[in-house]
Amino acid sequence: MRSSAPADGPRAPWWLAAMAWGGLLFLHFPIAVVALYAFNTEESAFSFPPKGFTLRWFAAAAARQDVLAAIGLSARVALLATLGALLLGTLAALALARRPFPGKDAVTLVFILPIALPGIITGIALLSAFRLGEVTPGFWTIAIGHATFCVVVVYNNVVARLRRLPHSLVEASMDLGADTFQTFRRVVLPQLGTALLAGGILAFGLSFDEIIVTTFTAGHEKTLPLWLLNQLGRPRDVPVTNVVALTVMLVTAAPIVAAWWLTRGTEDVAGASK
Amino acid sequence: MSALTTQPGAGTLPLAPTRQGPWRALSTGLYRRPALALLLLLVPPLLWFGVVYLGSLLALVWQSVYTFDDFTMAVTPELTWANYLALLDAANLDVVLRTVGMAAAVTVACAVLAFPIAYYMARYATGGLKGFLYVAVMLPMWASYIVKAYAWTVILAKGGVIHWFLGKLGLLGALEWVLALPVVGGTSLSTSNLGRFLVFTYVWLPYMILPTQAAIERVPQNLLAASADLGARPHQTFRAVLMPLAFPGVVAGSIFTFSLTLGDYIIPQLVGPPGLFVGSMVSTLQGSVGNVPMAAAFTLVPIVIVSLYLAAARRLGAFDAL
Repeated sequence: MRSSAPADGPRAPWWLAAMAWGGLLFLHFPIAVVALYAFNTEESAFSFPPKGFTLRWFAAAAARQDVLAAIGLSARVALLATLGALLLGTLAALALARRPFPGKDAVTLVFILPIALPGIITGIALLSAFRLGEVTPGFWTIAIGHATFCVVVVYNNVVARLRRLPHSLVEASMDLGADTFQTFRRVVLPQLGTALLAGGILAFGLSFDEIIVTTFTAGHEKTLPLWLLNQLGRPRDVPVTNVVALTVMLVTAAPIVAAWWLTRGTEDVAGASK
Repeated sequence: MSALTTQPGAGTLPLAPTRQGPWRALSTGLYRRPALALLLLLVPPLLWFGVVYLGSLLALVWQSVYTFDDFTMAVTPELTWANYLALLDAANLDVVLRTVGMAAAVTVACAVLAFPIAYYMARYATGGLKGFLYVAVMLPMWASYIVKAYAWTVILAKGGVIHWFLGKLGLLGALEWVLALPVVGGTSLSTSNLGRFLVFTYVWLPYMILPTQAAIERVPQNLLAASADLGARPHQTFRAVLMPLAFPGVVAGSIFTFSLTLGDYIIPQLVGPPGLFVGSMVSTLQGSVGNVPMAAAFTLVPIVIVSLYLAAARRLGAFDAL
């Protein structure tokens, strides 16, 4: 029996395996470089190979007020944007998951537009609108911009889950006497749990890392990516920049793996598209 | 039928007491008017997107026909087509062509690099290896954009990893030769188009791998077997069976690589020769120059190009592959 099942696991030709693993190596190489340089003893950390390794830049970075302020701002913005995106994205998904209605495609397109159009357009449009409305750019304008493009990741996760949720569960709940709100709270919401968590994590990661829209909506505020961009013009500060770069990388990448873990085994995996 | 089989534990759940009162009435009312329920669900997100997003976009497009006075540096609401005509200036066309050329080159490179990875993931990886490879692509995709761009400035720098490695291999002469070439070359790796191309390709590659992988996964294995049975050589099967079926996935990925490159303005700022990109042009116009009308007119360039690209991609079936 077993020998007659060749569909399971033919071996890849060596050149294909080499190209695939080579490509993956290429994808991870810069990440490895950032990780390596964060421990470099030298102050001008561009030279390779590093002369020695140290942990002291981590302490130096942790003592820097501007670093801590940037991290704090980014975290608060990401939290607020995530909450907004969770609310709006879930509402949109509940509305669009099942019934067709006139104009549905147009509505879907509007939610996807902030991701589909280049970020610079979203950024500059928001900035000019804030100017027209005489709103001073700052914390709230950053959060508003981020929430706008984070809605789609929550929407994607929730709508995928809702489409897999058998409608018979909802019908059964209502047959047994629950009203719409009770059904939502006791039947639909528990099923959405991990999709919401994954969507929220992705939205947080997206917001924490965003730079293109943020440059326009930030005013004088400095989120962590903006701080990093600003650092690139300061060669004397390279060791601290390296440490912060590694930290940002870990903060954004680790939750993504968690989100993948949460939605694994389902056909629509979180994070497969931003 | 499925209602009987999907909820085995339903009989043991305590039933909530049937509620009375305003919530119940509201629930019944909404149940009877699904259109109203739909509307209530859609109002908050649509209000947000309508006011914040579409409102901003329309305001921007509207400003593109305002007049900018070069001498007073002031914007006046006198309507003019001058900004759109200025897009056709040689200098501006140059910016557009440079950007589109880079986006096209990056897209082709991503497609070529992504295909073997995607094929390997879809056809040969099973179980734990598949999960591992998936994370191995998602991790660099979601790792901070600015950090990845920064990492490349470190890698490409003189005395950086690439110089060291090529030096060890005795290939620094070859690098000099490549950098002396027109178009791709430059004074050093980090100020050459080649360097910028490398960084763009790196940053957007995962966006090509995932849709391609999904498309290859959907190609039925028995079609490939049938092709082989009918006497096709592997490269013939690849060209005549696999490629046409997987192509929509590649096009889907190319939407990301193309439009992301088109709108980027951070990487052109950090790596490569001085010439402006569409993104950096828009950013400079609205920032240091203060010519918002011209910047607004310029943003229509990527909007139009991306729309055309999306229309073409739709005809090639890419939307079903997303």
